[in-house]
Amino acid sequence: MILLRITANRWGFLRGAFDVGCRLASTSEGALKRTPLYEFHRDQGGKMVEFAGWSMPVQYKDSHISSHLHTRQHCSIFDVSHMLQTKVHGKDGVKFMESMVVGDIAELKDNQGTLSLFTNEKGGIIDDLIVTKTDLGYLYVVSNAGCAEKDSAHMQAKLREFKAAGHDADLEFLDYALIALQGPASARVLQAGMCDDLTKLTFMTSRISKVFGIPECRVTRCGYTGEDGVEISVPAKHAVQLAESLLKDNAVKMAGLGARDSLRLEAGLCLYGNDIDENTTPVEASLVWTIGKRRRTTLDFPGASVVVPQIKGKTTRKRVGLLSEGPPVRQHTPILSPEGKVIGEVTSGCPSPCLKQNVAMGYVETEFSKVGTPVKVEVRKKVVDAVVSKMPFVPTRYYTGK
Amino acid sequence: MAMRAAFRCASANFAAALPLRSRVVPQPVYRLSWPRTLTTSSPLSSALKFTDKHEWVRVENGIGTVGISNYAQDALGDVVYCGLPEVGTKLNKMDEFGALESVKAASELYSPLSGEVTEINKALTENPGLVNKSCYGDGWLIKMTIDSPAELDELMDEDSYEKYIKSIEN
Repeated sequence: MILLRITANRWGFLRGAFDVGCRLASTSEGALKRTPLYEFHRDQGGKMVEFAGWSMPVQYKDSHISSHLHTRQHCSIFDVSHMLQTKVHGKDGVKFMESMVVGDIAELKDNQGTLSLFTNEKGGIIDDLIVTKTDLGYLYVVSNAGCAEKDSAHMQAKLREFKAAGHDADLEFLDYALIALQGPASARVLQAGMCDDLTKLTFMTSRISKVFGIPECRVTRCGYTGEDGVEISVPAKHAVQLAESLLKDNAVKMAGLGARDSLRLEAGLCLYGNDIDENTTPVEASLVWTIGKRRRTTLDFPGASVVVPQIKGKTTRKRVGLLSEGPPVRQHTPILSPEGKVIGEVTSGCPSPCLKQNVAMGYVETEFSKVGTPVKVEVRKKVVDAVVSKMPFVPTRYYTGK
Repeated sequence: MAMRAAFRCASANFAAALPLRSRVVPQPVYRLSWPRTLTTSSPLSSALKFTDKHEWVRVENGIGTVGISNYAQDALGDVVYCGLPEVGTKLNKMDEFGALESVKAASELYSPLSGEVTEINKALTENPGLVNKSCYGDGWLIKMTIDSPAELDELMDEDSYEKYIKSIEN
């Protein structure tokens, strides 16, 4: 029975299934990287698992479902320090970033951020990332832990070319911890430790602030749950202090990778390695909105000649959401037409703790991608009805200030 | 084989392993929900026997009742769906006979013995969480005939299973 595999979550998740017993051998754990909160997690009762070369908590004492629901009702702390945090310096920093991603970084206002995508020459997605254009003259970039080595090598290689062409940019990889506070109570909890007025910090904006007395924190209103919340980049030596300060509020609990994955899935957010990878383009992935308007004309991002024509033309497949009842639908489940022909495959799926039905996303042939299209999924030899559904599955509650 | 492969794929979401060892949370690894006195009662009665895949079987009147261990339910987390076989299904020892699903994981079930399924626990359809609440009681999975009683000797008794759990945790 114990060939268990679990789904963990994004912002930080390298794909790769493995069987339980073997990976958790204490011998292998010794080699795993640890975030500044490692000891803290263990003290809090965190069950540690390997994720992308890191020892990370998958859950704490509360069950996965309780933790998931607690986040939606109150708020939770997620340690996402394993993600790669990078600063891009230099007067040509924006141009440098735009040479790698699909977004219009130049048009961002000061301290505004956006989800973007590193693409390759074929238009495939190398990673997804959040880029924030700070008012301090640098870009603050957060990308996936599972892609950290690949991303840093990619950025460094691009930087060499960029500099050789006479431009001015530089990279700085941060060793700060990154703590996400997610859920409707986040702003209230955090405001107690901040002088800056959080009602002015809207979704996808960022600022440097003192938080519970800790200087030099970067607070960005974003997250990976669909809820209001922030990610706080904090000097490593103060990470535990920050977590402890937040936990003093009864609304706050620790949450692990398990809840993070089911929360992001309900919010319709992609997990790199599952739902997007180097063989999916932004258009196939239904992430056209990330491609800047200007970039569609200038065609100056990697793979633009492949990706931009797809916007108006057609791709053969598209990422969609699926809802179903009965046995849970997981990654690699075949998606069938009503007649039983294979039309695609599920890339992520789980039973939704909020909806009490199965939520999944996957790729289907474009003619089946319209919301409301009845399809079938083949789960353990059993064919089950499913319907193409809009995402997010659970309405997002980002704080837009309105 | 094809079915087996499909099973594995279905459950293989991108994965971190389950916390099958909790050095983190020091606690008795073995918390049977019924009295320890059972272990000292007659071997012909309801002693539990365990597989190395964490199923248990208890034989009474020639019928085996099968479930999963406390260790397994704890590792799996909240069970939200039980995929169980039809009554009448013939199983060989170690055949997959279904799967338990939590939000994060799917876990295959393996038959501890050879025999035929005589009953499935219908209560689990409405209330799969019984597997967590009462894994040795109301959360049983199937009942089956025992075609080869000798197979029982190949399973672990409680003490051996307890040692086995300790060995995989360390």
